[in-house]
Amino acid sequence: MLCQNCGKNEATTHIKQIINGDMAESHLCSDCAAHLGYSDMFSGFGLNLSGLFSGLLGDMMPSISAGKSPRCPKCGTSFDEIVRDGRVGCADCYRTFYDKLLPSIQRIHGKIKHSGKVTNAAPVEPREETTEEKIEKLKAAMNEAVAKQEFENAAKIRDEIKALEGGESK
Amino acid sequence: MSKWYFEKGDQGDIVMSTRIRLARNLNEFPFPAKLDTVGKNKVNSLVKSTLFENDCSGLSYIEMKDLSRIQAVSLAERHLISPEFAAKKDGSALILSEDEGVSIMLCEEDHIRLQVMKSGLALEEAYDIANKLDNVIDAKLDYAFDERIGYLTQCPTNLGTAMRASVMLHLPALTRCGQITRLSNTVSKLGLTIRGANGEGSQPRGDMYQISNQITLGITEETAIANLKSIVLQLVAQERAAAAEMIKNPAEEDKIFRALGVLKNARLLSTDEFMELISVVRLGAARGLVEVPVEKINELIVNMQPATVSAANADATNPTARDAVRAKAVREALA
Repeated sequence: MLCQNCGKNEATTHIKQIINGDMAESHLCSDCAAHLGYSDMFSGFGLNLSGLFSGLLGDMMPSISAGKSPRCPKCGTSFDEIVRDGRVGCADCYRTFYDKLLPSIQRIHGKIKHSGKVTNAAPVEPREETTEEKIEKLKAAMNEAVAKQEFENAAKIRDEIKALEGGESK
Repeated sequence: MSKWYFEKGDQGDIVMSTRIRLARNLNEFPFPAKLDTVGKNKVNSLVKSTLFENDCSGLSYIEMKDLSRIQAVSLAERHLISPEFAAKKDGSALILSEDEGVSIMLCEEDHIRLQVMKSGLALEEAYDIANKLDNVIDAKLDYAFDERIGYLTQCPTNLGTAMRASVMLHLPALTRCGQITRLSNTVSKLGLTIRGANGEGSQPRGDMYQISNQITLGITEETAIANLKSIVLQLVAQERAAAAEMIKNPAEEDKIFRALGVLKNARLLSTDEFMELISVVRLGAARGLVEVPVEKINELIVNMQPATVSAANADATNPTARDAVRAKAVREALA
């Protein structure tokens, strides 16, 4: 999509606004967005600035050929996608791509060390698994045991699954 | 139940409202853009049950897909949700307190966007409420957090405290003096940003501006709030001085009373005209020139936005009907 303001460049900044009781969306290129006063990276929660952020990342990162880009093991987002969308896929992406993201983070905030509130330091009690989730996990473990030819262990897991399934149907 | 904006807060002649917003994500789930509707609903119900079992009475849970477009836009006009969120449907939900002082967007850009709004300048009080709610969720659910870069958010611009503190100011006199551009340059050097409160770029409606902290990484919540507060107090003092000077001019005084005359008598009022006139009247009211309580004006500014008028009045089906409903409500309020 081309920029609605200049009609020349690719629109990378998408801004939703409420105008006269209705929703309106503008699509701008980063130059026009900056010119029209949307260059502010922090103007708040109502503005989709991912385009600007990806612009920042893109400047810094020589484009990595697709396919070779490493992926986050948890959500499968590649670093290329983060650069393109300006959005990080999950918490693990930050851990996976920490070194690559750090220069941009420093450019945005000027600092790279958090100070302020920290999340509850005490280990959080894991949420109780549903029976379904338990069975799913056990089945995976059973298959793994079979693959390793640990049949005795697999049989034990199978019995556990049966017990759980039995408990559920009662 | 009376809404948060019914009372006049500290510095209420200039400061309309204070907002504290916190962004949080659950460690277990990918961020909303990478999460399907089933996953989003799981996140929403986890947060919902955490808050509701903790006796957070007076909260209601609203699925965005159940709202009409007008209702959603009206929530955005009242700054209870973001314009982005107003467009969302499946997998997005809102937790709202009865007085609308607390609103929690679920699966907006982050899993949790918690907002506390107070009238007047009340940064510490608002943060205190937000912090307590945050603790309630934190005690039960595992947040995405990294001790090096703080709370992990979908957009790296919010890393760190992931807190945005903002204050909405009515600055008609400074606007008239052409001071806003200068101020905007100054505050940006201090890690703050100022912009039109209704997000319409260069010419904000009603001379209302929102000033917020820019940086979230490497600065504590307390310091960010203290910085913002000290700048707001300086702006308030500047606006008061400029306004006091301005109303000495008989032409300006005349303008205020004429604006009040139109608002008290008009049969049709468009949003633009209403906002222009109410801003002038509010300046007079804040300086004690006209006897209209400032909180009544604030309430009108909230309630007379177009989608909010349409959502509250079945007759306001087209723009003219809406302008008539608005004019009537304004006449009655100012009578």
